[in-house]
Amino acid sequence: MARFRGRGMASVNYPIGMNLGGDPSQALIHSNPDGKFTVALSAIDLGQGMKQVTRQVAAETLGVPVEDVYVDTADSDTGPHDMGSFASRGTHRMGNAVIAAAREARGVLLEAAAEELEVNAADLVTDGKGNIHVKGAPSRAITVRATAQAAQFKQGKTIAGRGIFLIPLSSVDPETGEMNPNTAFAHACLVADVEVDDETGEVAVLGMSSAYELGRVINPKMVEQQLVGGAWMGISHALYETPEPYYPNPDHGPRDFNEYLMPGPGDIAPYSITILERPAPDGPFGGKGPGEMCANPVLPAIANAVYNAIGVRVNDLPITPEKILRGLRANGGVKPQPRRGGAL
Amino acid sequence: MEFRKDLFQNERDDNLNVVGKGVQRQDMPGHVTGRSPFFDDHAFEGLLHLKVVRSPHHHARIRRIDISAAERAPGVKRILRGADVPVNKNTLLSLINFGKDDEPSLAVDKVRYKGEPIVAIIAESEAQALAARALVRVEYEPLPAVFDVEEALKPGAPVVNDTYPGNCFEYHEKYDHQKLRFGDVERGFAMADHIVEDRYQMSPIEHAPTETNGSIAAPEQNDRFVVHSCAQGLFFSLGTAAKIVNLDSNRLHFIGGTVGGGFGGKVDSLTEPLAVLGAMMTGRPVRYVLDREEEMLHGGPRGAERIYIKDGIARDGRILARHIRSYFDAGAYTRLSSYAAIKCTAHLPGPYTIPNVTSDIYVAYTNRCPSTAMRGFGITAVDFALEVHMDKGAEACGLDPVEFRILNAYRDGDMKAHRRVAKNTALIECVQVAAEKARWPLSEEAQRQSSLTGGGGARAEIPATPIDENGRINRPETRGGRPTQTLPAGTMRVPMTKQPIMEGSTENRPSAPSVPQYEPYRPATAAPPPPPPPVPASRSAAPPPPAAPPVPPPAGPAPASQHGAHRFSSVFGTRRR
Repeated sequence: MARFRGRGMASVNYPIGMNLGGDPSQALIHSNPDGKFTVALSAIDLGQGMKQVTRQVAAETLGVPVEDVYVDTADSDTGPHDMGSFASRGTHRMGNAVIAAAREARGVLLEAAAEELEVNAADLVTDGKGNIHVKGAPSRAITVRATAQAAQFKQGKTIAGRGIFLIPLSSVDPETGEMNPNTAFAHACLVADVEVDDETGEVAVLGMSSAYELGRVINPKMVEQQLVGGAWMGISHALYETPEPYYPNPDHGPRDFNEYLMPGPGDIAPYSITILERPAPDGPFGGKGPGEMCANPVLPAIANAVYNAIGVRVNDLPITPEKILRGLRANGGVKPQPRRGGAL
Repeated sequence: MEFRKDLFQNERDDNLNVVGKGVQRQDMPGHVTGRSPFFDDHAFEGLLHLKVVRSPHHHARIRRIDISAAERAPGVKRILRGADVPVNKNTLLSLINFGKDDEPSLAVDKVRYKGEPIVAIIAESEAQALAARALVRVEYEPLPAVFDVEEALKPGAPVVNDTYPGNCFEYHEKYDHQKLRFGDVERGFAMADHIVEDRYQMSPIEHAPTETNGSIAAPEQNDRFVVHSCAQGLFFSLGTAAKIVNLDSNRLHFIGGTVGGGFGGKVDSLTEPLAVLGAMMTGRPVRYVLDREEEMLHGGPRGAERIYIKDGIARDGRILARHIRSYFDAGAYTRLSSYAAIKCTAHLPGPYTIPNVTSDIYVAYTNRCPSTAMRGFGITAVDFALEVHMDKGAEACGLDPVEFRILNAYRDGDMKAHRRVAKNTALIECVQVAAEKARWPLSEEAQRQSSLTGGGGARAEIPATPIDENGRINRPETRGGRPTQTLPAGTMRVPMTKQPIMEGSTENRPSAPSVPQYEPYRPATAAPPPPPPPVPASRSAAPPPPAAPPVPPPAGPAPASQHGAHRFSSVFGTRRR
């Protein structure tokens, strides 16, 4: 009895936003009299970082420091309509709505600054540090704070903006399935190394390595959090989880985390991620969003690695020790496949 | 985590201020110090607790419900039954006018899955609600149940959901499945040197969020109700609750936005409608939170999917034809499965250019807890099947699995099976980088490939396509029928999506002249877009695909009729009843 190593890979793409469109997002932005901005949304932060994505997109578009922007979400009395946080739509749809709102607010901000500086608003730029100045003449400047105070108390201007982003709804042809499903796609390829014990049927994931193309990365730390967490979910889907282990037999449902099998700390594999950025033409600063796809390539890569290790194809998830052992018995034992490449 | 900034560099303006920086999240201090307020952190004086009685049977007729002992139990303030729910039949996507109402908040005459709520107890404490729950007497007449998606679609199977007596969702009021037809797969199979066929089964999965589903509803002054919610779609949940309790939407004030994990399991508004109804009936704040066992067993899982794939592959490794047949297990009610099947259809045949592709995707009803959205909804399962199948295809024609994927990968300018041109693709580059990292040997030929070149041309053409009337609703004789006609090459019948709407600086307000805004690079040498396909004269000509980024459209309001719920009726032809 022995342990056998194998390697598998998978490549996928992922559609960004609700299929067929028709899923609007709205945003409102306003400044307080000191030039500090509030973004009002009804988007949901599930831990994925919705508040921070929209905060950075708003700060970038307004041209102000990120510390001067806070996102207030979600209160149906103050936040305008958003379809919801699902379908990998948050960054793309809400990001664009926030850009639209921030552009309008920035327009008023520059108008107000132009009035104070007695120049044309079209000649003004922001330095991202809280100052507005004439292009090519940094000394002819005014702070965002002074501009907001002047707008509020002298000029009677609201530094505010509103935005909506909507991809109009597509119809679907009943006979051919023709449709306009999505405008942006993210991509990934993942390699997984496993070790299979032919006595116990247990699979250990030794390591994973991936390349993800996600459009513009808005915040690399949050991308990493998604991809690492999602890879854990992928291992869990591939090898452990299900409330119906003998599906379609509905029995043996778990009642708690003692009965619902998931990988523990000792089952986590080293994971190397490389990011490619091909900006989406209609994404916020080219962003797409990694929210959902990060588990997807892990499932088939592990299944393919198991086959590479012992020659058993498991087509029904999860790949439990029982299925491995039954597969080995049906095959008459281990049939290792050719090795590929070097250490991850 | 590392970046390959050299790739697609000329398509990016990397001169940005804060986008692209790993700035700490605004909510992180609150999260790591345990001070971020979640829905259940809101204290109310006089808070009541709601618990539901759930069906112990997979499928049963309800003969009698006796709540008399429970009503007399200590602390019980109110007991809700189906008749107390103002609109006791709903389907989630009725908010966008897709599908028929098919699910009660509290079961009345029948239960269709184990765990279906029947009666709601509202009491002073959770313990009192649980004690009273045990005193509710329900008499059942068990009915035969069906658990397998393909068994459910056979004639004579027990009817799970009376709204859809064929045990399948009805698409376009016409077919029992969603079709994809692109080219002639039978011809492709006939030309192939290798046929690879297999069956895959995705398991159901529990979302298992740290914070279980729940909400607190309380009467607010001026005849409104405030609802602290963990919904993933705030207005989606508000609209669902407003419909079920029959209140104008502005009488509900939903607060949420900070949620302890969702993964798709908090889209269904499992608790909000009954919590609001409880607050209306008692005049007091009502808290309805699933315990861990309820979340695990009755919270609605990722649905299982069964997938059959047949590939026809040429000797040189090019995939000539792919057919996919899949069954989504919706459980007893539709929820969102009908949407996922269309999303899956759009995703096929995966990120590869295959000249002949067909699929038939069914949404089948079974006597299990309704499944719902989960991370990768409509995609994760089929990606598992497709990518394991790709491995088998590579083996069948003796190719390395990486080379096989690069050979078949889609590229800019290729026509996808849903009849739209691929752009902004990057699969080849991802495969190359992953292979390089793993020191997976690649041929020079494979290393030279690029998503930017080699696409378009003949690969941009829409082939002549046989279409059929298989699976007409209530007409079993149409199953397995032959094609009824062949659509000529280049046929398009769905108008292209118009420019995205990005309001904001389009009207009288000043717009910023110097917004730091990303402008995508337009390669001069990119594969030319395909010639506009010929369109039958009777159809309106489709505009070319929008190549520009979303700029504010010229002023011109959308037609007034294109509003809200109205719109979806034309998409699927299945109006809300």
